[in-house]
Amino acid sequence: MARWIEKYRSILDFTLSSLVRRKGKNLSLLVVYVLVVFMLGSAMFLTEAMKREASLVLKGAPEMVIQRLLQGRYDPIPMSYLEKIRGIRGVISAEPRLWGYIYDSAIGANYTLMVPRNVALPSGEIMIGNGISRRRMIYSKDMMSFNLSNGSSRVFTVRDVISPESELVSADLVLLSEGDFREIFELPSTHATDLVVKIRNPKELVTVAKKVMELLPDTRPIIRDEMVRTYDSVFDWRGGIVTVLLMMALLAFVILAWEKASGLSADEKREIGILKAIGWETSDVIAVKAYEGLLISFFSFTVGILLAYGHVFFFSAALFAPAMKGWSVLYPDFRITPFVDPYQVAVLFFLTVVPYTVATIVPSWRAAIVDPDSVMRS
Amino acid sequence: MNRQIPPKKNGGSRFPARKSRPCLFLLGAGVLLLGLIFTHAHVRRHSDISSIHRLATVVEKLELTDLALFTEARYTRHPSQADLYSAFQDHPTSLEHFPMGSIAAPSAALRRLHGKVD
Repeated sequence: MARWIEKYRSILDFTLSSLVRRKGKNLSLLVVYVLVVFMLGSAMFLTEAMKREASLVLKGAPEMVIQRLLQGRYDPIPMSYLEKIRGIRGVISAEPRLWGYIYDSAIGANYTLMVPRNVALPSGEIMIGNGISRRRMIYSKDMMSFNLSNGSSRVFTVRDVISPESELVSADLVLLSEGDFREIFELPSTHATDLVVKIRNPKELVTVAKKVMELLPDTRPIIRDEMVRTYDSVFDWRGGIVTVLLMMALLAFVILAWEKASGLSADEKREIGILKAIGWETSDVIAVKAYEGLLISFFSFTVGILLAYGHVFFFSAALFAPAMKGWSVLYPDFRITPFVDPYQVAVLFFLTVVPYTVATIVPSWRAAIVDPDSVMRS
Repeated sequence: MNRQIPPKKNGGSRFPARKSRPCLFLLGAGVLLLGLIFTHAHVRRHSDISSIHRLATVVEKLELTDLALFTEARYTRHPSQADLYSAFQDHPTSLEHFPMGSIAAPSAALRRLHGKVD
């Protein structure tokens, strides 16, 4: 056993010397490899963490939201629909929800105006999200005006700024009273934006949704599970253009690895020839090449994954921020909670180490079966 | 192939130190650091879970349906509430032009539900 260990440790010594001899080539490969793992790992850590956080946060979302569709788009829903929905067996309550968007030309941002049913706000007072407060530099007791649908404007007093801790869900929120909301949008009291429905038994959600569609064919029920699944879809790293870009990066990396491994220099060929001439077996030469690949893979993978972890969970994925923010003027400032499991690391391993190993194994084998006589003569 | 370890002279090696020693140390350190990722993630998740629950309470209290992540357009602000024609909001033939639209895939669940309604 000790002899066996000593043999392979000697091969490791030789492999390291060989790697150090070609440090320029190996370092460049290491840097590219680390970058590929870093990018792929960052995308995976970020999307998985956001997906898991969204599913936990949206556990508190309404069980069912009912919109009215008109001409294929959602439209204010008549309050008269409430009684019909309350009459469906299994429905505990159905309440109107008032919310809408308003564009602030001062900073070019969209705000979400909302009437909270559980918070009583006097007319003329509003609560604003921390994103608005930060961007507009408006704080508690300051004034803020909105343009009404009739062209005039109305000034509101900021009663409070919503806690920065909840910025992920409230960055662009403006909470106001029902009267003020209806005045801004000239929404008649006979209509609401949509309806929220509570169901007695969560297993009956789909049945109730079907009954709503049968009873009110111009409506569209959205159940909580679908809201969560929307974020599963948004943050699915296997979907969207992210996959295309990452696959292109991986392909480029595999081509680079193949080129690096197959393009044996004259020195390397002579080295292999000498090794075989002094009695090294083909399996030993393959072991050296395999060790080279494994060492480069392991260190690149470890460094890449550590950098990706730091980037996402310590620096809030700062490099991805431009893509995430897009054209948004208001963007929540929040800390991403690390939801990392061995599955993600295993997937990352198979997406990076396996393609590299596959790309280098054939050139390694070809190098190992080289005829020492012909190499040393050439 | 099997190198004979030379006898030590004055307590030191006749040859330079073996390269595999620091390499094996680094391999061990790498495995340890990878393990630390899971430990750190676990600890921070544990400390963050109360603030996530508080967020869920805000969502419940205000009856919110979406995260305020993409505020660039109304249908990106509330993707779970957007209608089927989000990509064609501004014109019947206009494709999605917001950057978020290139990151996000359409929700299969919403499409299925729409299939029954339309």
